Amino acid sequence: MDSSIKMAVNDLDFFYADFQALHRILLKFTSNQVTALIGPSGCGKSTLLRCLNRMNDLIPYSRVKGQVLLEGRNIYDPNVDVVTLRRHIGMVFQKPNPFPKSVFENVAYGLRVNGMRDRSMITERVEKSLKQAALWEEVKDRIHESALGLSGGQQQRLCIARALAVEPEIVLMDEPCSALDPIATQKIEELIHQLKEKYTIVIVTHNMQQAARVSDVTAFFYLGKLIEVDETKKIFTRPSLKETSDYITGRFG
Amino acid sequence: MERHLQKELESLKKYILSLGAMVEERVRKVIKAFETRDADTAGEVVNSDWEVDEFEVAVEEECLKILALHQPVAVDLRFICAVIKINNDLERIGDEAVNIAERVAYISKRPSIKIPVDYGVMAEKTEHMLKQSLDSLVNLDAGLANKVRLADDEVDDIHVENYDKVKVAIRVQPERVGSLINLLQISRHLERIADHATNIAEEVIYMVEGVIHRHKKNGYQSDSSEED
Ligand SMILES: Nc1ncnc2c1ncn2[C@@H]1O[C@H](COP(=O)(O)OP(=O)(O)O)[C@@H](O)[C@H]1O
Ligand SMILES: [Mg+2]
Repeated sequence: MDSSIKMAVNDLDFFYADFQALHRILLKFTSNQVTALIGPSGCGKSTLLRCLNRMNDLIPYSRVKGQVLLEGRNIYDPNVDVVTLRRHIGMVFQKPNPFPKSVFENVAYGLRVNGMRDRSMITERVEKSLKQAALWEEVKDRIHESALGLSGGQQQRLCIARALAVEPEIVLMDEPCSALDPIATQKIEELIHQLKEKYTIVIVTHNMQQAARVSDVTAFFYLGKLIEVDETKKIFTRPSLKETSDYITGRFG
Repeated sequence: MERHLQKELESLKKYILSLGAMVEERVRKVIKAFETRDADTAGEVVNSDWEVDEFEVAVEEECLKILALHQPVAVDLRFICAVIKINNDLERIGDEAVNIAERVAYISKRPSIKIPVDYGVMAEKTEHMLKQSLDSLVNLDAGLANKVRLADDEVDDIHVENYDKVKVAIRVQPERVGSLINLLQISRHLERIADHATNIAEEVIYMVEGVIHRHKKNGYQSDSSEED
């Protein structure tokens, strides 16, 4: 196995009851790269993202076939512990969803769930995570105030800090900027650039320019199928397939 | 908004083609002026070069506007990049027409001289290359553009031959060295026009070769035939 491949999706099918939302997806995620998943709404981007950390397990009538290999190990093996798995693969959602607690407690939450008790270690990790999420300077004087008092963009960076606190290897982001204004969006995009030094990132975005700006690799999906995946600069200058070209140039539908 | 972009690109294409037609006409005019030693027509070409310059600026502004407002990608991005370069080549061809016109004005004022070389063939080939390069742009025809590329070598060869012939002629008629050097410069300017036509053809090839010919069976069918 190529050691730079962090995660590989191998012939993955996904069903919501009788409806097949993903068809034989084959896709590799390279370490320290940002992969963008693009495609029209309903094409299965979020479904695939949720397959990558088994968030879909929560949907009772769903079924998955095929493999998702994290460093060569199938995350769907029966003996894989889902809590441990999600510590390795963090997730950030479309709408910032801080808990109605202090800024500090939001970030510390995952650490406590994972059994960390040492007060000074937790404090250290919280500060480090907030710094990584480029939020520290803005919140260091109100770290014990409610997270709900932060702006939308700050809340989203807080959610990123929360995801980073448990030191994952992969960060999944589902349209992380869709509820944010352009300035906050720019901050998150800057952050993604910095984060890829340490993490492997998969981002779903409906904003084509954002995919072009933040990602190294772009994968285009349509009707539950992976149509084309290539280097982002290739996809946005000379895509190989007409479907991709039509979608990114807006000639679609 | 994307539909809007397609309209903008269509009108940009019309725009660059109008500039092409304008420049082509001026090349035709100056070659005619050369053949008939018509200093007045040559003067007209010199004095109206501002029209080409203004047109070039307008096309460039249009390209920048579309880039800034629509952030085009893929085939649309390649099209605009090609137009920016072709625009520049057309403006330079306009300048070369002016250069030829100035030589024509010089030669026309002096006693006629036996021309040591056949300009008819060279001028015809150059004009033809320019026409074909613009046709390849109109029809996005990479095959035709490739013919222009091949023809460029012929014009280059003719220019090299002209150089040798003029050198000999200067030895035979050293008192006419001024007119002979002007004649050689006309050969040089024609050769430069052929180079710019070749650049245009190469831009067309670049633009077309990124275009997708493959179709996937179970994908959707788009309602546009832009890339067919
Ligand atoms: N919980 C669910 N139950 C049933 N169908 C779903 C569920 N979530 C998504 N789908 C369907 O699966 C398809 C893919 O959805 P999704 O992954 O959300 O697409 P995207 O993120 O690309 O917009 C859509 O047709 C959607 O209606
Ligand atoms: Mg989604």
